[in-house]
Amino acid sequence: MGRGPCQGLFPAYGRAMRDHASRLPTSPGFWRSPLRGPGFTSVLGLVLLVGITVLFLTGLLSYAAYNPGLSPVNDKTPDKGILGFYLFDWPTGPHWLYRLTQGVHVTLGVTLIPVLLAKLWSVVPKLFALPPARSLAHALERLSLLLLVGGALFEFVTGVLNVQLDYLFPGSFYPLHFYGAWVFFAAFLAHAALKTPAAVRNVRRMREEREAPARGLEGAEEMDGAEEAGGELISPRPDPASVSRRGALWFVGGGSLLLFGTTAGRSFDGPLRRTAVLAPHGGADPGSGPNGFQINKTAAYAGIGAAETDEDAWRLVVTGRTGTVRLGRSELLQLPSHSAALPIACVEGWSTSDQWWRGVRLRDLAALVGFDADPPDVFVESLQRHGAFRHAALRANQVADPRSLLALAVNGEDLSPDHGYPARIVVPAAPGVLNTKWVARMTFGDL
Amino acid sequence: MRTLLSRARTWRATTRPARTRRAEKRRAGPRRAAAVVGSPLQLLLLACSFALAGYAGVRLLADDRFGVALWFVGAAVLHDLVLLPLYAVVDRGVVRAFGAAGHRERTMYVRVPAALSALLLLVWFPLISGQVDRRYRMATGLPADGFLARWLLITAVLFAGSALLFVLRLLRVLRLRRATKDRPPVVH
Repeated sequence: MGRGPCQGLFPAYGRAMRDHASRLPTSPGFWRSPLRGPGFTSVLGLVLLVGITVLFLTGLLSYAAYNPGLSPVNDKTPDKGILGFYLFDWPTGPHWLYRLTQGVHVTLGVTLIPVLLAKLWSVVPKLFALPPARSLAHALERLSLLLLVGGALFEFVTGVLNVQLDYLFPGSFYPLHFYGAWVFFAAFLAHAALKTPAAVRNVRRMREEREAPARGLEGAEEMDGAEEAGGELISPRPDPASVSRRGALWFVGGGSLLLFGTTAGRSFDGPLRRTAVLAPHGGADPGSGPNGFQINKTAAYAGIGAAETDEDAWRLVVTGRTGTVRLGRSELLQLPSHSAALPIACVEGWSTSDQWWRGVRLRDLAALVGFDADPPDVFVESLQRHGAFRHAALRANQVADPRSLLALAVNGEDLSPDHGYPARIVVPAAPGVLNTKWVARMTFGDL
Repeated sequence: MRTLLSRARTWRATTRPARTRRAEKRRAGPRRAAAVVGSPLQLLLLACSFALAGYAGVRLLADDRFGVALWFVGAAVLHDLVLLPLYAVVDRGVVRAFGAAGHRERTMYVRVPAALSALLLLVWFPLISGQVDRRYRMATGLPADGFLARWLLITAVLFAGSALLFVLRLLRVLRLRRATKDRPPVVH
């Protein structure tokens, strides 16, 4: 334990400390990228402001589309309280409504991932900034950022995992993604309110600088009073640039474009779906011919055997005001038959083009059990013994729509087992899981 | 780089001009209290935000308190302290390697295809890695084994495209250089 090594260290102490300090992420000098700055962050922030608002609104619409207020079987979040304040009766038109809103929700979400990652990268020095809090408001704001960043990542990760059927998350997807969205959005609103004015000023300033580079300093004068505008993000000792700010923004946009290009196609049938090469339900269709289109859950996965759907074994039990009727498939085929061109649109964001369904109108089945003029709600039960949506409730407006069918055939052929043989529900604009397959029992009446 | 530095200086200088600082000193008493608390509007806004987040938060945590909190906080920690440092270090390594070879400006030819490929892997990892193979095949009736091959193909196309672009640009530079060299001295 000699003192030798310490000798000669003291003169260099100051410099060593400075060098050491810039090795710590708490020192501004640690962050070397010349890209970081208010301009880069503001552009990404404004893109996310618009994008995440659309994600949140389409998410709320998807929640409403399940008609959670109608029946407990549709409601995976019974404790929602005031968070369901806006719920309304989901309409049946236009028939592609859910296909559009949920396609936008998932495709836009996937597309925004590079923007989110770039935004988080651009502000990461602030995570380590000292002092931890300059004031009470600043301390609370930093705490709120944990909800913002944690919430954003939680929502994106649960969403991305769910569309890939990778149910790793701790619990059911619906409550996690729904309540998580509200926690995230609460922090997002505060963040947007605090930062948007500065972000807009920064982007406007960037544009002015680009149009009149000579007037750059005048632009800077206008920044007076915008203390939180992000000037501290600029590295005090930047590395030489390896890409321009504009190049970096194109880079982020290119990432988004790549994800969009390999995802968006799964909302269409035919050659467009083949462009969605890495997304679930992208690429080729599961089969060929009239029943070849996309399947959410196969008969084998749902545990539906041929013995229960057999012509002799299967009976549809319809209950209503005047009692119960039991109908075999041949009897259903003798009832007035109608057709409707409707898509299957899944909460996972994929959908099919319109398929040509043929079957018995739901309102005709209601009339069969005593609801002649005023079709009520209906409670539909599947042959499935497990699965979150083996039971589903449809609202009176959905039952009354002439395009709502108990379908027996699709595209001119009997339903295949995977598409719900012997009979399935199809309702315009409803989420896929409410189009119950392998229907066993329908109970009409106000729910 | 000089413009960047001057930009940083301008930003700092404009945030707190000397006049303001002197004025602050004069009214230090009430100002100090205000500085400790911060903007009342900001406080009010954050209080509203926390109230709403709390209302949704108790419902989010109702079933598996520990698991959900772990995911929520863990997502932020994993991103900020693992994923981001990891890709930043790799990127810095690539830039340094090109810099050492004297071709720092060529970094983007590797950075872009590598980052895009990594992005696809990150987003579609469950499908590409095959960890949901069985469920995906059983549920959707679709084959689940093509994702890895397609990702590799896309990666190959990205790198090949980048290489092609690099060669084309290199050829153009060489041709330009030869054209200037071949020009008779009169033209100069």
